[in-house]
Amino acid sequence: MSARTRELFGLIPVSLIVAAGFAAVIATRTENVSDATLTYGAFFLGLCVLAHLFIRARLPDADPYMFPLAAALAGIGLVLIYRIDAELAREQAQWFVVGLALFCIAILLVEDHHVLERYRYTIAAASIGLLLLPRLPGIGSQVNGAFLAIKVGPIQFQPAEFAKLGIIIFLASYLRETGDILVRPRLRPLPYQRQILLWGIPVALTLLAIPLFHLGPAGSLLLAVFMLSFAAVLRDRPSPKHFGPLLLVWGLAMVMLILIRDLGSSLMFFGGFLALLYVATGRLSLIGVGSTMFFGGAFFLSQNIAHVEERVDVWLDPFKPGVVDKEGYQLAQSLFAQADGGLFGQGFGQALLELPGGSTILPAAHTDLIYAVLVNEAGLFGAAGLIGAYLLLVYRGLRTGLSAADGFSKLLATGLTAVLAIQVFVIVGGVTRVIPLTGVTLPFVSYGGSSIVANMVLLALLLIVSDHARSEARRRGGVV
Amino acid sequence: MNRQIVQLFGLFTVLFAVLVIFTSRWTVFEEQSLADNPANRRPLIEEQRIPRGLILASDGRTALARSRGEGRGKNRIYTRTYPRGPTFGQPVGYSYIANGRRGIELRYNDDLSGDEDEFSSILSGLESQDREGNDVVTNLDVAGTEAAVAGLAGRKGAVVAIEPKTGKVRVMVSIPEYDPNQIPSAFRRINSDPNQPLLNRTTQELYQPGSTFKVVTATAALDTGKVSPDTVIDGSSPRTISGAPLENSGGEDFGPISFTDALTNSVNTVFAQVGERVGAETLVEYMKRFGFFEDPQLDYPGFQMIPSGIRRNGTDYVESGFDVGRVAIGQGGAEGALDTTPIQMAQVAAAVANDGRLMKPRLVDRIVHKDGRVKEKIEPDLQAEVMKPETAEDLTAMMARVVEEGTGTAGALAGIRVAGKTGTAEVGANREFTQPWFIAFAPVDDPRMAIAVTVERTTGQGGTVAAPIAKSVLEALLGGGAG
Repeated sequence: MSARTRELFGLIPVSLIVAAGFAAVIATRTENVSDATLTYGAFFLGLCVLAHLFIRARLPDADPYMFPLAAALAGIGLVLIYRIDAELAREQAQWFVVGLALFCIAILLVEDHHVLERYRYTIAAASIGLLLLPRLPGIGSQVNGAFLAIKVGPIQFQPAEFAKLGIIIFLASYLRETGDILVRPRLRPLPYQRQILLWGIPVALTLLAIPLFHLGPAGSLLLAVFMLSFAAVLRDRPSPKHFGPLLLVWGLAMVMLILIRDLGSSLMFFGGFLALLYVATGRLSLIGVGSTMFFGGAFFLSQNIAHVEERVDVWLDPFKPGVVDKEGYQLAQSLFAQADGGLFGQGFGQALLELPGGSTILPAAHTDLIYAVLVNEAGLFGAAGLIGAYLLLVYRGLRTGLSAADGFSKLLATGLTAVLAIQVFVIVGGVTRVIPLTGVTLPFVSYGGSSIVANMVLLALLLIVSDHARSEARRRGGVV
Repeated sequence: MNRQIVQLFGLFTVLFAVLVIFTSRWTVFEEQSLADNPANRRPLIEEQRIPRGLILASDGRTALARSRGEGRGKNRIYTRTYPRGPTFGQPVGYSYIANGRRGIELRYNDDLSGDEDEFSSILSGLESQDREGNDVVTNLDVAGTEAAVAGLAGRKGAVVAIEPKTGKVRVMVSIPEYDPNQIPSAFRRINSDPNQPLLNRTTQELYQPGSTFKVVTATAALDTGKVSPDTVIDGSSPRTISGAPLENSGGEDFGPISFTDALTNSVNTVFAQVGERVGAETLVEYMKRFGFFEDPQLDYPGFQMIPSGIRRNGTDYVESGFDVGRVAIGQGGAEGALDTTPIQMAQVAAAVANDGRLMKPRLVDRIVHKDGRVKEKIEPDLQAEVMKPETAEDLTAMMARVVEEGTGTAGALAGIRVAGKTGTAEVGANREFTQPWFIAFAPVDDPRMAIAVTVERTTGQGGTVAAPIAKSVLEALLGGGAG
């Protein structure tokens, strides 16, 4: 069976899931399953088959599983949004169509992803510009204290969703070039005395600093990891000039934290950067320095940006009296909704979303908390299924990176996949209180035009890389 | 680079596993504590939307509690009403969002609210049924309960009637009553009423049992073979028991008297001697078989029940070191005195009536689905084999004599032989009040009902105050003289 035929067959269970989901939601509302559910299912299948035919024509060798997985996630998202508000679901369906259109346009325009390398500085500048748009007076808008959206007339738009694509493209290209220079091959080991000095000084400094600054356990760990990683980096005797760009990206993440005031998107960008840095250099020490600098900076800023500090406090104890009804309300309600779902959930369409008066019990159910709605309705099993679907998508994305021939393709596929995976972790982790709750979307599932469109383009790029890698492998006669 | 990509996949797998672990934490491991969190309004909202099932009397028709709906569609909410008002207030209890629950409403809340385990909720989810409560059919008898309320006639006290063979509780009346319908509007007033209407005097209040406890002493003595019904014992008065003189009621001197006659006439001095013969250890063992020293094994909320037993200074339960002679006649001293609930004494009568086999008392007979299918039938369950059948037979004959020619003649029914025992404890700082008791079962040949009646801090004897109440309740339950 060819890759494309496998993809086509993969779409059949996806459409069934979507039809069954709509059927369940409609059944709880009207007590009889109208043929509307079949219409929705068929319509969804039709759209996906169209996109499939397009892939068949343009990218015959691309990975056959990624598109059905993304379609399944989008379908589940549509069912959940429909369950929350039919009008929102109609809008989301329109955005899904727009997303598919941009998906096709991206595939048409970017015949070979290597052309992107040529425009990397333009792309980087545009992405940073996009990120800063929400701070522009007039069009920027603040939601829950974070500057993530811009509003032009009736259309709301989250530029960060597109900026993440651009920044990954830039980083992949940049690190492909400099990754080898950042770490020179190890010279012969340092003499004994120098080694003692190299490791001894950071250890001594750490031990001195902990009592001096009254650091808690978390702070001490952060400092220790930073010092030791820094010493490890120095051991490679890198030339200082190559650390400029690294510091630049760190600075950018900090500036984002200050300007956008959103820990989640900042974490997403910097996490994607660290993932790429590690894949390009293979040095954990760089990651140690980078992540400790990020967390240190984030901690320092969280003390000084009220909105971020509040999110952290809520994360530490959402049930504190006085907090649980105000700042902690969203997170507390998210956890209550999940507890209400239990092992198997209340069933699609059965979860409690409205108070008897008509006001909502779950704030931002269709965006931030859509995972909580899923847990409430489909239970732990449904949620594990969703996470499993994401993990499969990540697996296929990283496999694309593995099979790609050149450094840029590897880094691009890995970076795009990593930023998707981190985004899932940031929002689901926020909703389940693993990390502070922030306002990034759940890729493909959450309501939001920018999110679905940007992620469809991300998928298009992954498929382009995959098509190149696999067709090349086929030409060489390898088994794919 | 490939090695790093594989490692990256490992990292993402771990991160996603963390997400699943945390989701399990909220959905499974901490589900209950989140559901109980006071900031969580979901359970309250859900609860109001469910029509709770009916609570029905033993006839399966008379509603003791029902739900009334208000509003339409998604905004429809239900509140509880109690058509019989205060009459069944104690056993049925109440269920209100703001005031919580009591009684059967609390004990059978899961059934009444249609709470299902995970697997059944999937099934009903597939059938897309709305959640709806099940009906609870109790063993409570309307006529018997009304007779008990009428019999007590506003005097503080308690009546419990139990079917000996099955343990079905047919009457549970505690006076003063409260009207559960008034709980939402007047809870504060009802709760602070000095007459304590919220106290269930049948299960939650301890009284001195007086001479009714002689049935327990007799059980221990006969069952261990220490005495037989014909054993002659010296019934002169007063006699020195544990170093202090003990008198019979009214100071009457019976001289040498058979054990049967001693029960008929409730001779204190005889039973004190028998108690000393039995010994403290054996007496406590038999008390435990009857269910003393633990909460009644009733399907009723634990906080509304208290163990009967021997208590020092009216607080600590003791199993040794007490004056066994005085405990044997239902009294005691500072080092340990008897305190029992009315339901415990009804169980004593029921155990004798059922050949020594004590059944677990049951308020509820069955849980019924809204469509009429029986979801759960509560079968009779043995609590303890208290005594040998022969012992029960002897005791039944002795207790029948009490009603025929002894202290309990006022409990006799026309056409039905009744076996019983009276009791009159003296209470109050100067023993100026009495606590009259009557425990009985009928008919003697094939007992269908056991009963305990007591009136709180009054004047008069068990045979004159409590026995007539028991008589009217037994008539109502057994169908008068028709039998």
